[in-house]
Amino acid sequence: MTLEAKLEALLGEGQSDQRVLIALLQKVQGELGYVPEEAIYAISARTGVPASEVFGLLTFYAQFRLKPQGRNAISLCQGTACHVLGSAKIMEALETHLGVQPGDTTFDRVFTLNEVRCLGSCSLGPAMVVNGDTYGRLTPERAIEIVEGYREDAANH
Amino acid sequence: MQPITERYEQIHQRAKESIAAGRPQDKIQILVGLGTCGIAAGGRTTLAALHEKLALEGIEADVVHVGCIGMCFKEPLIDIVKPGRPRISYGGVTPDIVRQLVDDYVLGDNPRPDLAVATISDTPFSGIPSWNDMPFFRYQSRRILRNCGFVDPERIDDYIARGGYRALARALAEMTPEEIIQEVKKSGLRGRGGAGFPTGFKWEFTRTAPGTPKYVVCNFDEGDPGAFMNRSEVEGDPHRLLEGMAIAAYSVGAGEGFVYVRAEYPLAIERLRKALDQAEEWGFLGRNILGSDFSFDLHIKEGAGAFVCGEETALMASIEGRRGMPRSRPPFPAQSGLWGQPTLINNVGTLFNISGIIDKGAEWFAQIGTEKSPGTKVFSLVGQIRNSGLVEVPFGIPLRDIIFGIGNGVPEGRSFKAVQTGGPSGGCLPASLLDLPVDYESLAQAGSIVGSGGMVVVDDSACMVDFARFFLGFTQSESCGKCVPCRLGTRRMLEILERITHGQGREEDIDLLLELAETVKAGSMCGLGQTSPNPVITTLKYFRDEYEAHIRERRCPAGVCKSLAVYEILPEKCTGCTLCARRCPAGAITGERKQLHVIDPALCTRCDTCRQVCRFDAIVVG
Repeated sequence: MTLEAKLEALLGEGQSDQRVLIALLQKVQGELGYVPEEAIYAISARTGVPASEVFGLLTFYAQFRLKPQGRNAISLCQGTACHVLGSAKIMEALETHLGVQPGDTTFDRVFTLNEVRCLGSCSLGPAMVVNGDTYGRLTPERAIEIVEGYREDAANH
Repeated sequence: MQPITERYEQIHQRAKESIAAGRPQDKIQILVGLGTCGIAAGGRTTLAALHEKLALEGIEADVVHVGCIGMCFKEPLIDIVKPGRPRISYGGVTPDIVRQLVDDYVLGDNPRPDLAVATISDTPFSGIPSWNDMPFFRYQSRRILRNCGFVDPERIDDYIARGGYRALARALAEMTPEEIIQEVKKSGLRGRGGAGFPTGFKWEFTRTAPGTPKYVVCNFDEGDPGAFMNRSEVEGDPHRLLEGMAIAAYSVGAGEGFVYVRAEYPLAIERLRKALDQAEEWGFLGRNILGSDFSFDLHIKEGAGAFVCGEETALMASIEGRRGMPRSRPPFPAQSGLWGQPTLINNVGTLFNISGIIDKGAEWFAQIGTEKSPGTKVFSLVGQIRNSGLVEVPFGIPLRDIIFGIGNGVPEGRSFKAVQTGGPSGGCLPASLLDLPVDYESLAQAGSIVGSGGMVVVDDSACMVDFARFFLGFTQSESCGKCVPCRLGTRRMLEILERITHGQGREEDIDLLLELAETVKAGSMCGLGQTSPNPVITTLKYFRDEYEAHIRERRCPAGVCKSLAVYEILPEKCTGCTLCARRCPAGAITGERKQLHVIDPALCTRCDTCRQVCRFDAIVVG
């Protein structure tokens, strides 16, 4: 399916004004993993909100990504509790292990490493979420082990 | 009897019967804690092992998924209730332990006191203490959390069977909106989102404001790092929130409402959606609730990752589909909120109190707590503390009882240094203030706030300058950019703090920080900016010596700030095993086999490798 057809199907019928803008963007990202430039124009045409304003929303909210993501999304918490429990060391370990900085995707597109501010799993810090699964009480070694488990999963599919 | 009341009683009966039918008294019940914390600790793996074992042994048991009971430090938790026996809670239950429990207690008759935490009952059992005797629970008054860990959050009948939605039925059948508002005012309930504004007055302003339609909004954008009260409350007992919102909507005259929830809470969103569908199906939301002429439509709006959206005007902008940037008040949302209409915005914690006040009355509510801060407050107790978790305490309790009574203090061998209350908007309180009562006024006087309810404890291994830098880094990146003092002031403050932690602090930096702090406070429009300097101000007030050590002596007393760390080898502990010298990536360590090794500070990159690999604890950071 072409991107245009995909967008067409995604945006579909239904409500089309400012109040559904964020939900539409979330829908696009939920399906494609990021919000491509084409989607900005498509959503603008659909809602009548200028493309510049749609872009303004995208860059205001931390959730939205303008670049494609890796097959596995790692979100490492850098909230207060995780910070005092040593999350910086985990981040260092993952950065070195994957060879990327926070916000970046590995060359083979297998992993994207993100830092997030508080997952709300403070009592089990340091914590991270990989593809929606939460892991707590991390050590640098355990974090790498968990992440590697997803690489094998990806290889098997 | 009025029709609404009658109708509710019928539903209540039906719920009780359906729960009783699904959970016969003669069947063993096993409760599995599956909040985000339980899952993160491996609760799902334990659950899978439990089901496997039950199937293998051919046991028919009623396995109930419950929310968090608060003992996050003991997760994964599994509770077993045998007919006629008290409920026994087991902590740290791995797949192996759950198999043992099935063998020994479900099949056998050994309740395994060695693995048990407590009985969730007033009576001890077989050497297992009652939870009332556990310090973790003894200081608590569980009102808001009374269902968390007891009901299956995905079953409305479980909530109703425990008296859920009775307050809504009462409100609709017996009370006028004005009477409800009076009751809430009389209770003295104050907003649990941080500012502590009296809830009843907010409701009254919204009710009397001209204009229709009116809206009710729940602020579930719990963004303070270190705070997860609302997440656990909703994951464990979502219907309590819906009931509170429906009562609020009836009182202020709103027909439509929104729950604004942060996208980082997928499990809470999922449970909230299920609860909403069920409440509509059972007639507690939607058209003509319980046969009355009151209708209320509720929608869930997912946030998109902007901390500032916790501020009410920014939150409304976000619901409207715009950038979440605050605007100046007045007009307050009660006069002009969503799409310019009168709007009531309450925090999750506030709304969780409503059903209790209506069901049991304002006097009951105000029985505990202090005169100006009645009732209870849920806190998330986290950081360098032994018993971390979710705790509900009456206002007025001394900090010491929370941190040492409930939390059992800091880890072995460490000493308590500070507690940050109120997240990035709050302040850092030192050991000398441990006897401070926890209420709105006392905390404000000490330079902090109750805030949303995060309590992050740090021990002597933490550097307070680094801690302040951490918070400033957070608020600086979350500033929406509208007010210059906040956008640029927090950045300049962060730069100064970074300079200090990198050993390049200047003598005038402390005064400069305080001056900037005043400017940012005075010149920012919303709470984010106004409170962002609090961590800096309070750490300067209570831990000024640490700043001075960084600036004057180029030394980080806690050894946290990497650029200032000096690695040394203790002669009395070094065995000359050569491991550190071999592992040092910078070649900074020299020494002969079985001789004392030495680190060259000029070559050392402070990567910490040597300290981690040393088997004799011979390497210290100063």
